[in-house]
Amino acid sequence: MTETPDLEQNPNIAKIRAWRPEAIADLISFRGELTVVVSRENLRPLAEFLVSDRDLAFTYLSDVTGVDRFPIEPRFELNYHLLSLSRRDTLRLRVRLPGEDPVIPSLVSVWPTANWHEREIFDLFGIRFEGHPDLRRMLLPDDWEGYPLRKDYPVEGPR
Amino acid sequence: MTTVQTATGLEQTMVLNMGPQHPSTHGVLRVLLELDGEIIIKADVDIGYLHTGIEKTAEALTYSQAITITDRMDYLAPLSNNLVYCLAVEKLLGLEVPKRAQYIRVLLTELTRIASHLVWLGTHAIDLGAMSVFLYCFREREEILKIFELVSGQRMMTSYFRIGGLALEPPAIWTDAVKKIVRTFPSCFDEYEELLTKNRIWIGRTQGVGVLSAEDAIAMGVSGPSLRGSGVDYDVRKYFPYSSYDEFDFQVPVRSEGDCYARYQCRVAEMRESLKIVRQALDKIPPEGPIKADAPGIVPPQREKMKTEMEALIYHFKIFTEGFAPPPGEVYQRIESPRGELACFLVSDGSPHPYRMKIRAPSFVNLQALQKMVVGHLVADAIASIGTLDIVLGEIDR
Repeated sequence: MTETPDLEQNPNIAKIRAWRPEAIADLISFRGELTVVVSRENLRPLAEFLVSDRDLAFTYLSDVTGVDRFPIEPRFELNYHLLSLSRRDTLRLRVRLPGEDPVIPSLVSVWPTANWHEREIFDLFGIRFEGHPDLRRMLLPDDWEGYPLRKDYPVEGPR
Repeated sequence: MTTVQTATGLEQTMVLNMGPQHPSTHGVLRVLLELDGEIIIKADVDIGYLHTGIEKTAEALTYSQAITITDRMDYLAPLSNNLVYCLAVEKLLGLEVPKRAQYIRVLLTELTRIASHLVWLGTHAIDLGAMSVFLYCFREREEILKIFELVSGQRMMTSYFRIGGLALEPPAIWTDAVKKIVRTFPSCFDEYEELLTKNRIWIGRTQGVGVLSAEDAIAMGVSGPSLRGSGVDYDVRKYFPYSSYDEFDFQVPVRSEGDCYARYQCRVAEMRESLKIVRQALDKIPPEGPIKADAPGIVPPQREKMKTEMEALIYHFKIFTEGFAPPPGEVYQRIESPRGELACFLVSDGSPHPYRMKIRAPSFVNLQALQKMVVGHLVADAIASIGTLDIVLGEIDR
């Protein structure tokens, strides 16, 4: 746990705690940036809450990033970088996924911009997004084998 | 192949392949247009022709070495890419950059913005048939590239910003070149506006074309002038100021119509605002002062010191052989590039190599909106819509 006392005062955290305390699995604060670690099951409800709640209004999804922590388990990390335009505030959501068959619900219905981000992560990491309308490779050719951004994929490429 | 009932009674649609080799797709972009006659029903965008694995490559380089590969993503605004990466590493380290270096960074980044918008204006206009604008814009851009060459030795892929400041002290005469630009460019911008802004053909090709509502733009994650043309005033320089931008006085142009003409007006107004910032930066930059932070294990020592002092030599050796290791953690640093919100998500595991460097490219996200913008329009309007989004395939594909 890397929770520090001043995080308890953070209004975003307080609102999430008031809505559903178990949604927050962990809290990380580093260089002024706040990350909420959430479990796979709570991700979609939390995302919908963050968008629909008037006081939070995290309607803008800046980016979705995948990280491969091989050989540590849970192997994959997905980071959702959120922005509230009306309040000029930011937040990050993090989900950890197992290396064996990583699957997670797609958030395209919450933030339509997630469409291409999720496709790119599927392309480069091999993480599958359930409910994604069009999950196929985009940067690499359709018949490419392997997931290059995984740590066990060589930098020089398949040779 | 879908079938659709059309007004003339025909039942089949046609899929037209546009690109990847095409003069108006601004790079290697492939768009599969499903047409009913000449009206687009569906557009499927195929990217990846310029994918070079930059993010994977960065994991094998040290933090300083990785600056050189950031140039080539958004190759029309290389200094913006340098800036976002250097700011991310400096945030990770908690490193403070001297004010003089910050002001010079602002000046050069705004010149980059003007250079990038000049390319956009020239290529967008030539796509729609206004060929002389292209030549004039590139003539002006030449002056800016000469300044980049003067300070860094390189016209485009400068890699001029370093962790902690700048690479080199700019030569004393560079301010004269910048002052000349500040003096001559306003009338050049007036010249472009005279050719286009009230031109009936230009208005006919851009007004009402590629309309994007504010709700759609926010939902699709669009940023930059493409978002501000739809009425949302999100500009990272104002929302989350970086590199002393809060000390500068400038406006952020916003229009509400959401069509190509609105985005054109936004970008031309932005060029003028950038020139204002350049003028203010010229006054702010002190004639002398440090251009690099004083951080012995991270910022390389000056060459004279390295050749005479033992500690400096050891620091130099360690920095260039094994590199420096920031504390473990993650940062997300955003800046306002000419195309929108450019961000670098940097993950450090305590080793001298970036564990994960993700670049959030504004063109990648903005291009998603294309699929919505062209539906119901003609093929020629698709050209206008691609141009108005101001995409660069280098940062889309990375």
